Amino acid sequence: MTVAIETADLTKRYGRRAALAECTLSIPTGRIVGLVGPNGAGKTTLLHLAVGLLEPSAGSIEVLGHRPAEGPEQLARVGFVAQNTPIYTGMSVADHLRFGSWTNPNWDEALASGRIELLGLDPKQKTGSLSGGQRAQLALTLAIAKRPELLILDEPVASLDPLARREFLQALMAVVVDHGVSVVLSSHLVADLERVCDYLVVLVASRVAVAGDIDELLATHHRLSARRRDGLRLPSDWGVIEQSDTDRQSTMIVRHEEPILDPAWTVEQLDLEDLVLAYMSRARGDQNAPTPVGVRS
Amino acid sequence: MIEFHLDARSGVSPYQQIVRQVRHALRLGLLHEGDQLPTVKEVVERLAINPNTVLKAYKELEHSGLAAPRPGIGTFVTATLSDSSLAAQGPLRQELLRWLAKARRAGLDEESIEALFQDSFRSSAEEAIA
Repeated sequence: MTVAIETADLTKRYGRRAALAECTLSIPTGRIVGLVGPNGAGKTTLLHLAVGLLEPSAGSIEVLGHRPAEGPEQLARVGFVAQNTPIYTGMSVADHLRFGSWTNPNWDEALASGRIELLGLDPKQKTGSLSGGQRAQLALTLAIAKRPELLILDEPVASLDPLARREFLQALMAVVVDHGVSVVLSSHLVADLERVCDYLVVLVASRVAVAGDIDELLATHHRLSARRRDGLRLPSDWGVIEQSDTDRQSTMIVRHEEPILDPAWTVEQLDLEDLVLAYMSRARGDQNAPTPVGVRS
Repeated sequence: MIEFHLDARSGVSPYQQIVRQVRHALRLGLLHEGDQLPTVKEVVERLAINPNTVLKAYKELEHSGLAAPRPGIGTFVTATLSDSSLAAQGPLRQELLRWLAKARRAGLDEESIEALFQDSFRSSAEEAIA
């Protein structure tokens, strides 16, 4: 299997502050990857490193087996939509497509104009007067018409209303079916991405808190609760992500590859949001934590 | 053709919801042998979900012998779950509707009706086992 994004101890520093610290990831191709984390966690930094807009301070990153932006071929293989879907407001929709066709060797004009028609956009319209949803759809059209193998979208739905958000994700999923493109998209809300992603990377305070296939993550994390009593011990191979005790009850979220059958515990399934929140609060509580669970080192 | 919908708060995974909706439609006779299921693209365009979710659901339906892919065209229903019981469904539905009306007249609200049904359903299942 090819790897979409592979990083080893990837670090980006601004002065003394690390925007991204010792990030080690191996994201397979053919996936829709959600990059989730609070604002300022390093999501944009990681994406900018992946498209070659930033250079690492330390560590390495490869995208589709090559250094980011190492040449025109590599640039053509990766589509990128930056945050706030930048467009040239004084230019028309048609101007944007023309610009796209000049700057991209594999430009698919039929795809681009087909999507503009499908969206009901007037090619002569100045893009400054487009709605947020239309802008996002235009930016997606430009990014996909260059026929990339990997599409990287930085907070594509953050500024959209719920309807435009749904429409954008619908269009994105159709693009994935039609073109088999791998996708990495970021959001500070896991709920935005839950339905569309099958792979998750959680960044907290410049570090990877957890990463992996979503089905696998959900199958290996359990919420346990039991009456509190002395001598209640967990097997050493259960990774405790979160624990809280009252005077009567112990509740915890653990990572364990096997189903938990010990009758001492009431076992409940976690949803993705709870799982992400558990890792976030853990990472915030202990920022010098050892190698996080789920990250290949 | 049927259309899928998702309940985000059901606690049932999206792929399971799709499998259930197909099985449900088969039981109710909404889907017949030979009918085409929505294509993966149609489903993801409507629900904004990951294509692999739909593929996983269709795989499971194939695995249980209810559907089969025709390469380049789509996935088709290959079996039925309703068979001879379908004929009995009409009269049973009528009886159930009459019963529901009776329950409402007796002052039961929806929650009590559901609880009563679930409870009777369970005891009848237990009797069947015993």
